[in-house]
Amino acid sequence: MKRSMITVLAVCAAFVLSACGSGSSNKLVMATNAAFPPYEYVEGSEITGIDPEIAKLIADDLGKELVIEDMAFDSIIAAVQSGKADIAMAGMTVTEDRKQNINFSDPYTEAAQVIVVKNDSTVASPDDLKGKTIGVQIGTTGDIYAEDIEEATIERYSKYFEAINALTQGKIDAVIVDREPGKVFVGENADLKMIDEEFTVEEYAIGVAKDNEQLLNDINASLKKLQDSGKIDEIINKYIKAE
Amino acid sequence: MRIREDFYLNFIKDDRYMYLLSGLVNTLLITIVAVVVGILLGFLLAYVRTTHDKTGKWKIANAFCQLYITVIRGTPMVLQLLIVYFVIFASVNVPKIIVAFIAFGLNSAAYVAEIIRAGIMSIDKGQSEAGASLGFSYTQTMLYFILPQAIKNVLPALGNEMIVLLKETSVAGYIAMNDLTRGADIIRSQTYSAFMPLLMAAAIYLFFVMIFDSLVKKLERNLKNSDH
Repeated sequence: MKRSMITVLAVCAAFVLSACGSGSSNKLVMATNAAFPPYEYVEGSEITGIDPEIAKLIADDLGKELVIEDMAFDSIIAAVQSGKADIAMAGMTVTEDRKQNINFSDPYTEAAQVIVVKNDSTVASPDDLKGKTIGVQIGTTGDIYAEDIEEATIERYSKYFEAINALTQGKIDAVIVDREPGKVFVGENADLKMIDEEFTVEEYAIGVAKDNEQLLNDINASLKKLQDSGKIDEIINKYIKAE
Repeated sequence: MRIREDFYLNFIKDDRYMYLLSGLVNTLLITIVAVVVGILLGFLLAYVRTTHDKTGKWKIANAFCQLYITVIRGTPMVLQLLIVYFVIFASVNVPKIIVAFIAFGLNSAAYVAEIIRAGIMSIDKGQSEAGASLGFSYTQTMLYFILPQAIKNVLPALGNEMIVLLKETSVAGYIAMNDLTRGADIIRSQTYSAFMPLLMAAAIYLFFVMIFDSLVKKLERNLKNSDH
């Protein structure tokens, strides 16, 4: 009886340990939040988008196998810090706070935060957000910047589409979202529009744990190669239609 | 002194403890209102169900109550909350806290109903017969003979339900409600450290569960004293 218990425990422990050991193997574990089209989203049973495709090229270049872990956006940095994932790639903007916790690669694309409102909204520019109820996804750059808007009430949803959902139902006045996902959401909801004036302009980069200088250098070298050969632009153009 | 720095970063800097504090207020408010809604509605459901069981009356009402209890107990709380918020109140703009009161109250009622029903059914048939033979009506027998004994029997289970409900409210963040868990999440999303905010939120839940627990125990003791 006792021996069988020990066997069970040992098997459990082996499982737990094998699940943790991502850093050493020749796998490149990417932490992302696959609810952010076109950068990362689920299609069928696969996670696809700009970030997974770029990550795949980097992994190929480094001779590693890409493994994608889908999680809540606000858990991604913690996952990289604790070694549960090797890289954070989730349309992640470089910010000072984030830099204190992980290192960032060279930026691979430019992005912007925009405001999405209903067609009949009186909000016409970022200045009009004062005193409004604004939906964001928790832990995103939109969340960080929304904090600075005067007298605004911020509602932090778990997913962008839930904030968009609340917006279409008239529960909130506006949603601050990254431009490309914003376009997708506006494209899918006829009664929503995007405000032309950008809220902020920023850059996306790949996050790597502070103690993993080697990987950071490898990734930067890979990124440089891929940028020079035009592969990154190719992927981005595939997903984002030029205006 | 890493712990000290961590503590400062997660709770003191930028008044971040306010996220936990305002979250706690919401968590307690939701729990208390939902408990009251749950007990009132739960009583009603249990009354209908037991009356049907004992007298065979109220067939349709009983079927409805049974369906309600089955559906509520058979689906996850977080889905019920999302359905109330995004489906039932889709076109009406109701303050979010009201949505939480309703969703958690309706959920709790189903569990409370079954607890109270079990309490009522556990009382010996002789008690109802004694009431009836003394000339009391069914309702009077229920109110003066059965319920007081039933409540005493199920009090620990009711207290347990309240504790479960307190912890269950942690899914309120799904509708962007700032409850205690979401408060910790917000801090986590700003400081990127998991340790302090999560442990602090857990400790606060534990603290209030212990308070609830001791309150129920005290009430139980008081009711026991009246046995003599």
